[in-house]
Amino acid sequence: MTDILMPALSPTMEEGTLAKWLIKAGDEITAGQVIAEIETDKATMEVEAVDEGKVEAILVEAGTEGVKVNTPIARLEGGATASPAPAAAAPAAEAPKAEAAPAAAPVAPKAEVRDPEIPEGTPMVKITVRDALRDAMAEEMRRDELVFLMGEEVAQYQGAYKVSRDLLQEFGERRVIDTPITEYGFTGLGVGAAMAGLKPIIEFMTFNFAMQAIDHIINSSAKTLYMSGGQIKSSIVFRGPNGAAARVAAQHSQDYSAWYANVPGLKVIAPYDAADAKGLLKAAIRDPNPIVFLEHEMMYGNEFEIPQMDDFVLPIGKAKIQREGKDVTITAHSRMVGFALKAAEQLAAEGIDVEVVNLRTLRPLDTETIVASVRKTNRLVTVEEGWGPCGVGAEVAAQVVEHAFDDLDAPPLRVHQEDVPMPYAANLEALTVPSVEKIVKAVKAVCYR
Amino acid sequence: MARAAQTSTKSNEGSSPALRNTSKDELLKFYREMVLIRRFEERAGQLYGMGLIGGFCHLYIGQEAVAVGMYAAAEKGDQVITGYRDHGHMLAAGMDPKAVMAELTGRSGGTSKGKGGSMHMFDIEAGFFGGHGIVGAQVSLGTGLAFADWYKNNGNVSFTYFGDGAANQGQVYESFNMAQLWKLPVVYVIENNEYAMGTSLARASATVNLSQRGASFGIPGETVDGMDVFAVREAAQRAAEHARSGKGPYILEMKTYRYRGHSMSDPAKYRSKEEVDTVKSTRDPIDHIKQMLEQQGVAEDELKAVDNEVKAIVMEAVEFAQTSPEPDPSELYTEVYLEA
Repeated sequence: MTDILMPALSPTMEEGTLAKWLIKAGDEITAGQVIAEIETDKATMEVEAVDEGKVEAILVEAGTEGVKVNTPIARLEGGATASPAPAAAAPAAEAPKAEAAPAAAPVAPKAEVRDPEIPEGTPMVKITVRDALRDAMAEEMRRDELVFLMGEEVAQYQGAYKVSRDLLQEFGERRVIDTPITEYGFTGLGVGAAMAGLKPIIEFMTFNFAMQAIDHIINSSAKTLYMSGGQIKSSIVFRGPNGAAARVAAQHSQDYSAWYANVPGLKVIAPYDAADAKGLLKAAIRDPNPIVFLEHEMMYGNEFEIPQMDDFVLPIGKAKIQREGKDVTITAHSRMVGFALKAAEQLAAEGIDVEVVNLRTLRPLDTETIVASVRKTNRLVTVEEGWGPCGVGAEVAAQVVEHAFDDLDAPPLRVHQEDVPMPYAANLEALTVPSVEKIVKAVKAVCYR
Repeated sequence: MARAAQTSTKSNEGSSPALRNTSKDELLKFYREMVLIRRFEERAGQLYGMGLIGGFCHLYIGQEAVAVGMYAAAEKGDQVITGYRDHGHMLAAGMDPKAVMAELTGRSGGTSKGKGGSMHMFDIEAGFFGGHGIVGAQVSLGTGLAFADWYKNNGNVSFTYFGDGAANQGQVYESFNMAQLWKLPVVYVIENNEYAMGTSLARASATVNLSQRGASFGIPGETVDGMDVFAVREAAQRAAEHARSGKGPYILEMKTYRYRGHSMSDPAKYRSKEEVDTVKSTRDPIDHIKQMLEQQGVAEDELKAVDNEVKAIVMEAVEFAQTSPEPDPSELYTEVYLEA
C-alpha cells in the first residue's frame, strides 16, 4: 500500500489547503496524472501522482485547510514502498524542500510596545507581511501616477512570491511591468526613468539577483545627486526578499544589509512585521531618495496586527523599541527581531529582562535610540543574518562603544551567520544561521551568567 | 533584419542632398559649434597639463561632427546621455562653457559645483543627463529616459550615446531587447572612434559592423560618416523620426576618430602617427565644413570673426575656471540626500 502525501510546493511552505480532488476512491491512476489541486497563500498548484495503481481511499477531504506538508492525503492499493508525492514546480523556481526551517516567532505578548506612530484607540486588523507590502504599493500607486512597479514576474504571474497580487488587474500593463530576466538592464532602465522624474519600484525576485545590478544601485543611483551638484534626483525603491531563505544554499541565501548600508546616498530599510512593511514601504515610495527595501521571504506569510488607518506611514530612520526591558539590549532587524523576541521570552523565565530594539532602518541608523537603550541596560547583543565582519552588528557595536562606552558593563557581543557560505544540508544550514539558542547564549554571556 | 540591412548603406552617398537643404546661417552655426568644441578641448588639454584639471580627462577632438550633427535633430524636451567623453556633448547641448570648464577644474562654479568632474556633468534644463563613468551604464539609463518618455507619452526621444568599447557590454543588449520589446523612443548612437582605450575594434569585437548589433532584436541600424556633420544630421533626423513615431529604437553607428589619446595620460602607442595624420588631413570634420562654407562663397573674414568669437568664449571659460573659488568645505555634506 502506498500513501500519497501532502507535497511542499515551495521551499517555505509548511501547510496548505487541499482545494480539490480530481480522483476518487476506486479510480486507476497513472504516474504524472494530475490528481488534486492545492492552494497556499502564494499559489494554486496541481499535484501529480508519482505512483500508479488503484485509489483505495481519499484520506483528506477536498476543502480542508491547514493540511501539513507530508500528511498522507490518499492511499493506493498495493505497491511496495511508500513514497511522498512530488512537489510540483515551485512558484519561484527554487528547489522544493523536504524540511521546514524554523518558523518566525510570533510577537511576544509581554511588553509588546505600541508604535508611537499609531494614534490611541486605532482599531487593529490582522494581515500578512505579503499583503501589507501589496497594500502599500497599491495605495501609493493610487496616490501618485508616477509610481510604477517593474520586475520579473510582477504582472501576469502576480509576483514570484505573490507580493504584487492583483496590481496588474488594478493598474494595467503600463504601470505593472514584467521584465525579461535581465537585472542589470532593467535596474539601469529604472534608474534612468527615475532621473527623468518617474518613481519606479524595482522588484528583485531576490536580492541575490540584485548583485547583477548593484552597479546601477550604487554608481548610477546612490551617487548621482551628489555628482550632479544636486540636479539629478533618484526617487526609486529597490525591493525584494533578502536574507537567509530555506534550503536553497549559498547563491540564493544571503543577507545584503551591510553591503547597502555602507553606501552614502542610499537609505536602507529592513522591516520586521506587517506594520513595518506597510508603513515603511509607503514612506520609501514617497521618499525622494533611492531606497533599498530588504524584505524577508520567510516572513511573507506571517500575520501581524496593523492599524486600520487610511494612510499609515512610518518614519524612515527611526528604530522601534519592540519590547521594553532593563537588563540587556538586543538590536535586530528583519526576521531576527522575531528571534530576539523569542529569546527575550525564554530569558524572562530566567529573570533576565531583555529590551529588543527593532532597527527598522539600517541607513540612516537610529543611533540615538540604540544608545539610549544601552545607557539603560548597560549591555548589548546585536543580531543579524548576515556575516559578522564589517556587518550591521559591527556598526551598532562601534556606535555604542563610541557614544556609551562608560555605560557598558560588558563587551558587546554579536550574533550573526557563521563565517561560511550558506550550506545546503539541513543540519549544516541550521548550524550556520543565528538561532534563538545562540541569542540566549550571547545574552547570558554579556550578563556573565 | 531585412530592414536593417537595407538601411545600412544609404547615408554615405555624400552630403550634397543634405547640403542643398542647409542655409548659410546653419552652416555657420555648425562651424561655430564644432570650432567651439575643438578650441575648448584644446584648452582643457592645456589646463590638464598645467595641473589645473585632475583625474581623468577624455577629449572629444576629432569627433565634433557627431555631437553637433545629432543635436540638429533634437526637439525641446528630448534627452541626451553619454559616457565619460562628454565635454563636446555638453557644449553642443548649449551648456555654459564657463560652467563646464569650471567643473573640470573642480570649482564651485562648475555644473556640478565641483563634485562631479570631467566624467560627471549634468544639466536637466538642457536635457543633458550625463556624463557617466561606468562604460555602458548610460545605455540602460538612456533606455530608462526613453521609458519615461513612453510612460508620459510626451513625444520626446532619448539620444543615448556610447562608444565602440561599450558596444561589447552585456547591458547594451539587455537594453536593446527591452527597448525593442516595448518600442521605446530611443536613438542609440555608437561613436565608433576605432579604439576602446588602446584596443582597436577588430581586436575586441567578433563582428565590427556595429550598426548591425541590434539585428537580432530587429532594431534597424545604419553606418554613418561621423566626420560629416551633414550626413550625421540627416541620419539623426531619420532615426529620431523613427523613434518619435512609436516604431521603437534605432541604431546609428558613427564612424569617427579621436585625435588625442584615450585620456590625457595615454601616449597612444597602439596606433601609428601616420594613421592619425591621415585622418586629420583627409577626414577632419571642421576642414570639411570649412570647404563647404568656402564653396558657398563665405568670406574668410567671416570665418575669422567666428574663430575670434569662439576664442573669446573659451578664454573667458578658462579665466572663470581658474578664478571661481573651490567649493566651500560646507559643501562636503550637502546633496547626499534630498529632504523627504
